[in-house]
Amino acid sequence: MSPTRDRVIAVSGLVKYYPITRGIVFQKKIGDVRAVDHVDFTVAQGETLAIVGESGCGKSTTGRLLLGLEPVTAGSIEILGQDITTMSQKELRAKRRDIQMILQDPYTSLNPRMTVASIIGEPFEIHPEALAGRTKQEAVRDLMDRVGLNPEFVNRYPHQFSGGQRQRIGVARALALKPRIIVADEPVSALDVSVQAQVMNLLLDLRDDLGLSYVFISHDLAVVRQIADRIAVMYLGKIVETGPQDPVYSSPAHPYTAALISAAPIPDPELQASRERIELEGDVPSPADPPSGCRFRTRCWKAQQRCADEEPLLRDVGGGHLVACHFPLTPEEAASHVVPEVPSGHATDS
Amino acid sequence: MADHLLDVADLKVEFDTRDGVARAVNGVSFTLDEGETIAILGESGSGKSVTAQAIMGILDSPPARITGGSVRLRGREILGLPEKEYQQVRGSQIAMIFQDALSALNPVISVGDQIAEMFRVHRGMSRKAARSATIDVMKRVRIPGAEERYGSYPHQFSGGMRQRIMIAMMIALKPQVLIADEPTTALDVTVQAQIMDLLQELQAETRMGLILITHDLGVVADVAERISVMYAGRTMEQGPVAEIYHHTANPYTEGLLASIPKIDERETRLPAIKGLPPSLFAVPKGCAFHPRCPRVSDQCRSGAAPPLTEVAPDHASRCWFAEEVYGNVADA
Repeated sequence: MSPTRDRVIAVSGLVKYYPITRGIVFQKKIGDVRAVDHVDFTVAQGETLAIVGESGCGKSTTGRLLLGLEPVTAGSIEILGQDITTMSQKELRAKRRDIQMILQDPYTSLNPRMTVASIIGEPFEIHPEALAGRTKQEAVRDLMDRVGLNPEFVNRYPHQFSGGQRQRIGVARALALKPRIIVADEPVSALDVSVQAQVMNLLLDLRDDLGLSYVFISHDLAVVRQIADRIAVMYLGKIVETGPQDPVYSSPAHPYTAALISAAPIPDPELQASRERIELEGDVPSPADPPSGCRFRTRCWKAQQRCADEEPLLRDVGGGHLVACHFPLTPEEAASHVVPEVPSGHATDS
Repeated sequence: MADHLLDVADLKVEFDTRDGVARAVNGVSFTLDEGETIAILGESGSGKSVTAQAIMGILDSPPARITGGSVRLRGREILGLPEKEYQQVRGSQIAMIFQDALSALNPVISVGDQIAEMFRVHRGMSRKAARSATIDVMKRVRIPGAEERYGSYPHQFSGGMRQRIMIAMMIALKPQVLIADEPTTALDVTVQAQIMDLLQELQAETRMGLILITHDLGVVADVAERISVMYAGRTMEQGPVAEIYHHTANPYTEGLLASIPKIDERETRLPAIKGLPPSLFAVPKGCAFHPRCPRVSDQCRSGAAPPLTEVAPDHASRCWFAEEVYGNVADA
C-alpha cells in the first residue's frame, strides 16, 4: 500500500452506466449497461497497474474514464491529488498534460493524412508551454529519437511505417507533453510477436528512465506478466481480484483468475499438456443484466446458493492481495491450475 | 510409399500489384496424414494464409497467380482444377474455418439455413432432411438449444458460438481435411480453450487431417503434432512440435520462441528479434532472414536461399548453419 503522497491515481467508487433506450422520437430508458460498477484502485508513482479481463469486462471504459474522455456516472478519480470528475473541459485539458493514452490499433489511431511530424507535434498546439524553449521541430526529433524512430522520417505518412513503428509514433505522441501517467490500452495486441517484444521493451525503458506510472490494460496475461507490478482482474464491471503480481499469478484466489491463468496458452508443448486446464462453461453474461450476487457464479464450478444471494466484497487474503469470493481457492487448490514449476536450465532460454 | 492425405510441394504464389510483383508464397512444402494435426506458424506477411487459400482454390486471380508447385489430395492433383470440379472438392473434401466468423457468415440468412445449404447443394437433400441433419451437426458442436436456435441470425450469437456455427458448417460434409485459419484469435482466452478442445474432439471422431494456421505457438503447442514455421513466404523449419520447441535448428525460430512473453517467466527484458519482417516486394537476397539474423555470414547474404536440410529424421531447417544451431541447442 503506497503512502498518499506517492499516489498518482486514486479511484474510488467508480461507476459508469450506459443507458439503453427504446424508441426514436420519444426515447425511454429501459435499462443500463453496467460497464464499470463500483471500482476502486490506486496507482503509485513509477508503478504499473495492469487491468486484465475479457472483452466486455469494463477495462477499456475504465481507461477512458481515467482520461476524462467520458463523464462518470458516480465516484471519484483523483489524478495527482485532484478529482477530475468535477472538472470543466478547460481544466481537464490542462490536466491531460499529466495523463496520456496509447491506443491498441496503430492503423486506425493515426490520421493517415498527417505527417509524422504533425502527429507527434500536435499536442504542442494545445500546450505550447511544453516546448520549454525548443522549436517544435527539435521537440519532435527528440521524441522520435527517444522511441527509436529515425528522425529523418519526420515528413513521412503513417502508411509508410510498419505496425510496430506506428505504435512507436503513438508512444512518441503520448510522451510529447512529458506526462507522469500513461494509460496503455492493449498497446501490443495488434503487433506480431517479434515486434511485440520490441515495443514492450521500449515501454519498460521509458518507465525506468522517465519514472512514468502505467495503467496497462490487456487481455493477455503473459504480456502483463512482463510489465505489471500489480494486477486488477475485472469481470463484468467489477474487480474480482487484485494484488501484487506474484501472489496473483502463483496462487490466484478467485476461480475466475485461476481459469484465466490456466487458459492462457504456453508455447511449451509438454508444460502445456501437463496443466490441468479449467474449462469455463458458456460465455460472459450481458452487462445489461448481470447475475445476482456474485457475477461470476453462472460460470463458476464452486458456486453455491450463497453466491446468488449475497454479493462477495473484496477482502484481504494477505499482503494487499484482495479477492471478492465467498469460497476463494486455497493455495493448494490454485497450484494445480497455475503453471507447474519449471526446473531451472530449461531449454527455453538456450 | 502410400500417398499422403494432403501433399503440398514447392507451392509458389505471386500477386501482381501496381507496385510490382509480391512473392507471397515462395516454396512451401508439407504433408498431412489422416488423423494428423499440423500447425503452420508465421507472422503477418509470412504467407501462411495465402498458402491456405491456394489449397482451397479461393485465391482471387488476378491479382494472385499460382506460379509453381503442386497440391495433391490422396495423390490427385487439385491445383488448377476447373472451378466446377474444385467446387466438388471444397466443402466435401477440404473445408476451411476463418478467423472472423461474423464476416464469414451471411448476416441476413439464419444460421440454420446457412448450414443446411451445405447439405442441399452438395448432397441434394430435401429441405426437411437438410434441416434435421443441420440440427444434428449443431448439436455436435454443442450449440445449446440447437432446435430453437436454427432460425437465429449470426449477430444473435456470441463470438464463441459463431465460431461453433462456422465449425458446424465446415464439418457438415465430413471433409477429410480441415484448415483452420487463426480460428481462435478473435476470441477471449477462456472461449479459445473451448474451441480448441472442440476441434480436437471432432478430429478424434472423424479422423480428419487438421491444419491450424496461427501466429501464436501457445495455442497449438499441445494440439499440433508437427509444425511448419514460415517466414517471408518460405518454410523455414519443420518437424515434430516438441523437437522444434526444444531443439530448433533455425535462428528465426529460435528468436521467435524467445520473444514470446511467457506467463510462467518474468524477464526484465524480452529478447526481441531486431528489425522488421521484409516487404514481399523486396525479399532480401539469399536467406530472407539474413538482415535480422544474429548468425549472418557472407554466404547468407548472396546467392540462392539455403535449402531445407534435414538435421534429424522428420526435422528440416532452411539455414546454412542448421546443423550448428541444432547441435548448440541440443548441447545446452
